[in-house]
Amino acid sequence: MTNKKDLSAKERIKKPRNEMLLHDAKERIKHFEEVPLGYTWEAARDEAIRCIQCKKPLCIEGCPVTIDIPAFIKLVEEGNVNGAAGKIREANFLPAACGRVCPQDKQCEAVCVVGKKGNPVAIGNLERFVADFERSENLNRMPKIPKKTGKKIGVIGSGPAGLTAAYELCMKGHEVIVFEAFHRGGGVMVYGIPRFRLPLDIIDEDLKLLEEMGVKFYYNMIIGKILTIDDLLENEGFNAVYIATGAGLPKMLGISGENLNGVYSANEYLTRIYLMHANHFPEYTTPLFQGKKMAVIGAGNTAMDVLRTGKRLGAEVTCYYRRSREEAPARTEELEHAEQEFINFKFLSNPVEFIGDTNNFVKGIRCAVMELSEPDESGRRKPIPTGEEFIDECDTIVFSLGCNVNPIIVDATPELHVNKWGIVMVDNKTFHTSKKGVFAGGDAITGGSTVILAMGQAKNAAKYIHDYVTGSFNYELEVPTDPNTPGIEWSGRFAKGKR
Amino acid sequence: MAGESEASKHICKTSSKSIYGDYMQDYKILAKKELCPWTYHLKVSAPLIAKKILAGQFIIIRPNKHSERIPLSICGWNRDEGYIEIIIMACGRTSREACEKNVGEKFEDVVGPLGKRSHVQKYNGSCVLIGGGYGTGAIIPTARDLKSTGNKVIGVLGARNKELLIMEDELREVCDEIMVTTNDGSAGTEGFVTHALQNIMDHKTVAMVLAIGPVPMMMAVSNMTRGKDIECWVSLNAIMVDGTGMCGACRVSVAGETKFACFHGPDFNGHHVDFDELTKRQKMFMEKEQLAMKAFKEKGK
Ligand SMILES: Cc1cc2nc3c(=O)[nH]c(=O)nc-3n(C[C@H](O)[C@H](O)[C@H](O)COP(=O)(O)OP(=O)(O)OC[C@H]3O[C@@H](n4cnc5c(N)ncnc54)[C@H](O)[C@@H]3O)c2cc1C
Ligand SMILES: Cc1cc2nc3c(=O)[nH]c(=O)nc-3n(C[C@H](O)[C@H](O)[C@H](O)COP(=O)(O)OP(=O)(O)OC[C@H]3O[C@@H](n4cnc5c(N)ncnc54)[C@H](O)[C@@H]3O)c2cc1C
Ligand code: SF4
Ligand code: SF4
Ligand code: FES
Repeated sequence: MTNKKDLSAKERIKKPRNEMLLHDAKERIKHFEEVPLGYTWEAARDEAIRCIQCKKPLCIEGCPVTIDIPAFIKLVEEGNVNGAAGKIREANFLPAACGRVCPQDKQCEAVCVVGKKGNPVAIGNLERFVADFERSENLNRMPKIPKKTGKKIGVIGSGPAGLTAAYELCMKGHEVIVFEAFHRGGGVMVYGIPRFRLPLDIIDEDLKLLEEMGVKFYYNMIIGKILTIDDLLENEGFNAVYIATGAGLPKMLGISGENLNGVYSANEYLTRIYLMHANHFPEYTTPLFQGKKMAVIGAGNTAMDVLRTGKRLGAEVTCYYRRSREEAPARTEELEHAEQEFINFKFLSNPVEFIGDTNNFVKGIRCAVMELSEPDESGRRKPIPTGEEFIDECDTIVFSLGCNVNPIIVDATPELHVNKWGIVMVDNKTFHTSKKGVFAGGDAITGGSTVILAMGQAKNAAKYIHDYVTGSFNYELEVPTDPNTPGIEWSGRFAKGKR
Repeated sequence: MAGESEASKHICKTSSKSIYGDYMQDYKILAKKELCPWTYHLKVSAPLIAKKILAGQFIIIRPNKHSERIPLSICGWNRDEGYIEIIIMACGRTSREACEKNVGEKFEDVVGPLGKRSHVQKYNGSCVLIGGGYGTGAIIPTARDLKSTGNKVIGVLGARNKELLIMEDELREVCDEIMVTTNDGSAGTEGFVTHALQNIMDHKTVAMVLAIGPVPMMMAVSNMTRGKDIECWVSLNAIMVDGTGMCGACRVSVAGETKFACFHGPDFNGHHVDFDELTKRQKMFMEKEQLAMKAFKEKGK
């Protein structure tokens, strides 16, 4: 193994990046096991050496939860994985998940100095390695919990935003109660992101840790229906409430045939499989109608997940997207993995009709062939129809056009300001909503975003919730009232991660 | 079981059972009565739901850990004693598993209240509430609300024969008048609920109709009242998963627009519902449903 001391910064930059081994595409499409195999010890240390330990580490600014990246990488290099794990945990409560699903290419790794000349340090892979090592060695992850403050905080939703807020607030000594609508925790990490990208155990172990820390979880609790926010604040003795309900309201296409049998939203398709285990039917009794020829509309990360899931369930799958590959919003890595897995792509194809048979089952998709216009003022090339059309046969269609915010909470809490897309409006700095004592974060204030941005916001909000419940909340609040105001964007220096 | 990991089993245990305190509901079956073959009336402990539920809203249950989520209407509740009342007709695997639970046993999950409250106001004319199958129970809370709002409420219930007639006394209690129909004339008048409705419309001013039951019945009622200055509500039993508007499984077309039955409904204006689409969508998983039942029977149950 190379020793760091032997290498100059220049030499380190020149070292090739260590990629993780992947399960062979031909084999992996037969099962739901994780695709990348993770680093070996040697690969991890060899990768750690590539970091030049910048004096002004830009990577930290690229990370929404500001992990001290060079510090943890140095510890890996020194062979102190336990220390590295502790370092990461100071900033990130869900490292095993983030190491796997963060769009690193748009965040930490996008700004890594080593990446200016070649490939950036594989920060995500290293983070994953450390978190996995920590779990596999059963290292003690139980933090020291401070004395109880006697303040009680309600967290609504158990996705990454809710879990992070719960963790941070518990670490400040508050009593935290999480209310979750489903019968299990994890949010989109469980019912959206596929097992072959994020195994269930990882999330469950983090949920278990939170329970052991004293956070209480109540499932089957749809806030807004069974209890309202007013109930919590006025009758149930909560000192503050954090809304982390995500963005669960599928956008529809609005084209003829969208309600045919065999046409699903990505949410329904993935929920049936990953929350309800329809792929283990009839041991689990949630049914899924899975056809042999499946069409997927859209080319974001969610679409990639649907495509790859359909492939694993034995279908021949095709992606239809109205723009070209360059504009596809999916992470490059996801797109490449999908391409490796024998998935067909029809770019510049805009679905205009789903065709059904007499029993209302879908049997085909009609698409308009598009071309890209000259860039407009915003520099974006709009797809415009060429006038040509084609029809493909298919017996299952899944559309993945993104999500709006679910209105249940808002309907039951009239004082909450929302914009015209239903996104909850918050004060930019404190994440306080227009209702006193109520904060919000995650997809509920951004629209569909990313795990780590949801976490970053939750961490920030937790600071201000702490101020609020301890009586030191003296901020001028500015919650937008204009329904045209867009959702919060991450205010860090670098690009917003996209679904 | 293949889908859930070891760790997750642990989670299910600690989270849903060991938690002390106030927000824990145990979903225990407190009472069970057979109304007619394969149709049961159950009282289920769910104190928080019982406190909040309103006429027209529904719940979703998972009888067992491996079960799918199925929606059920509510036919009554006791806010003080903390239970809800449901009627389940065993028509397939999951409803049958639910029916096989005995007093003292528990459902794995019960979630609610879901959907919007039934439309209740003071009408200039009679309100006719029509129930078929489990719908006979489901119209009871709305009948009570309409009556206490000062309306004249006529209940209509129908069944194939006398043996299948359920909830007659309970419905009588909350209506000014009830009419019973059976297809074979073994109880009440011979015929269908639509005959009873026609009879009422011939003799009285009807301002509002609510029908809950099989789709053909709701469709017939909608057709009969169309163009007659009668408000017609139907409670749509679309296939559901989450029941919160998250998945879109429950899509129905109403006045040419896509609506989510769980979230915008379950009650809709019957004159605008695309019943043909609903009927066909209900058959989406038929093949799988039969397989599930077959697997269940093969287990030797
Ligand atoms: C298929 C798919 C793939 C994705 N892939 C990635 C990826 O690779 N990388 C990445 O960074 N991001 C990815 N994302 C996005 C990411 O998962 C979300 O941005 C993130 O989960 C948002 O977190 P959240 O906590 O705000 O909301 P969620 O994860 O949506 O959690 C919200 C929780 O609140 C619950 N809830 C909702 N309403 C109520 C209520 N009224 N009462 C109680 N509970 C309620 C919900 O059941 C849910 O559990 C993906 C999303 C999808 C759908
Ligand atoms: C708002 C609403 C209220 C309802 N109230 C009651 C009630 O009070 N009592 C009662 O007995 N039944 C009620 N139902 C119907 C009940 O949900 C179905 O009978 C049950 O889901 C059947 O499941 P199964 O596995 O036993 O049968 P299966 O063999 O799986 O299905 C039989 C038929 O039931 C319907 N169905 C199947 N799965 C679902 C699902 N997940 N959601 C909705 N429908 C489904 C389909 O049309 C199917 O053809 C209601 C449905 C809705 C939407
Ligand atoms: S949490 Fe995400 S953004 Fe931050 S260092 Fe890890 S992979 Fe990069
Ligand atoms: S920017 Fe890259 S090289 Fe510099 S400290 Fe961060 S990871 Fe290391
Ligand atoms: S059941 Fe999922 S949206 Fe209605």
